[in-house]
Amino acid sequence: MLPWLTALMLALLAYGLYGGLVLAPADYQQGDSFRIIYVHVPAAWMSMFIYMMMAVSGAIGLIWHIKLAEIVSICSAPIGASFTLLALITGSLWGKPMWGTWWVWDARLTSELILLFLYLGVIGLYNAIEDKRTASRSVAILALVGVVNIPIIHYSVEWWSSLHQGPTVTKFAKPSIHIDMLIPLLVMAVAFKVYYVIALLLRSRNELVQREQGGRWLDDILEEK
Amino acid sequence: MTTPSLFNAFLSVVRRDLILAYRHRAELINPLAFFVMVVTLFPLAVGADVELLRRIAPGVIWVAALLASLLSMDALFRSDFEDGSLELMVMTPHPLSILVLAKVTAHWLLSGMPLLLITPLLAAMFDLQADVIGVLLTTLVLGTPVLSLIGAIAVALTVGLRKGGVLLAILVLPLYVPVLIFASGAVDSATAGLPVSGQLYMMCAMLFLAITLTPWPTAAALRMSLS
Repeated sequence: MLPWLTALMLALLAYGLYGGLVLAPADYQQGDSFRIIYVHVPAAWMSMFIYMMMAVSGAIGLIWHIKLAEIVSICSAPIGASFTLLALITGSLWGKPMWGTWWVWDARLTSELILLFLYLGVIGLYNAIEDKRTASRSVAILALVGVVNIPIIHYSVEWWSSLHQGPTVTKFAKPSIHIDMLIPLLVMAVAFKVYYVIALLLRSRNELVQREQGGRWLDDILEEK
Repeated sequence: MTTPSLFNAFLSVVRRDLILAYRHRAELINPLAFFVMVVTLFPLAVGADVELLRRIAPGVIWVAALLASLLSMDALFRSDFEDGSLELMVMTPHPLSILVLAKVTAHWLLSGMPLLLITPLLAAMFDLQADVIGVLLTTLVLGTPVLSLIGAIAVALTVGLRKGGVLLAILVLPLYVPVLIFASGAVDSATAGLPVSGQLYMMCAMLFLAITLTPWPTAAALRMSLS
């Protein structure tokens, strides 16, 4: 399945990048600088989506003791952290020409930064506990606490909102973004999601092999290959 | 042997922790001294301009209180974990979450309360007005228990680890953000002469949410750390 997914992702990525960087008309205010949203916005979406994935699969692992869910949960964390970092970096690259500053203590930027800290906490906790089963269950608790807290953090931070523009795409009725710009953006979002699936599958496979070292069924499979 | 009622169990855990702390009085002073010192460092770092100090004082005091509570958090379950009394608590017929709440209550009485008592003095050193000091104290009364309750989850997760200290800070500090924002926001509004009831209601809501919700994950995490 992996080659197919990779092909799909590459195709989507190629189309999204071409459409975003070449076909889409330049913004009347921001010129060509706006094109960074084709990386920035999908990355920001993914950063939140992956946190939810991590918490939900963590909860599944916690409640039904499914090993695979625990693995999915913990393998999501580094990917999510990378997307969060990517969103922050591209955001600040865009902020320099647009707002004239790399960083502002704005609501969205700050909550994204806090999200990064939450990811780092999850990864740190997982690495600190020797027994991996206990570790993934502890991490699941932490992720769930984080989920309860994220809306609170988000709205409390929103409280001193300032520079970041309001959401332009979530208004499903009539997006305030032009359709030529929107389609590549959505394609890019799907491409990022497929990338996440690929990375997750690879990581989970490694983690599973590592945990089940010496198991008979694993040896059988490895010998077949 | 008859089992004591739930309320008695709660009280006896609180009393036991208070007595234990009273026997080690020196340790009680440490977070307090840390709090005072951190606050003292700020005027030295940013200069003794009274206007500036008055403006940053609420934030400084709150950040210092946050760090002090973080510093004392690690001790919450540590000694009980090491001498095995935590396992006995897990095995009692009473719900662990209630006993956890008792331990956090005792911990707050020992670490949060002293901060409250010393804060008016520090606030006066920063030349805050009397009514602003009142608001600051109210936010601390409402906020520090939330810090203890949220911190307890992270402490329970890390208590089995040898090097839990720095990790604890990474886990806990992002979760402290809302308390910090509303508290310093309230004090800022008070300084500007604006009404503060909105922020205070929010902090009350957070306090009650924390009291009702956090004992469960803490208990679950403790069970996991002990297993």
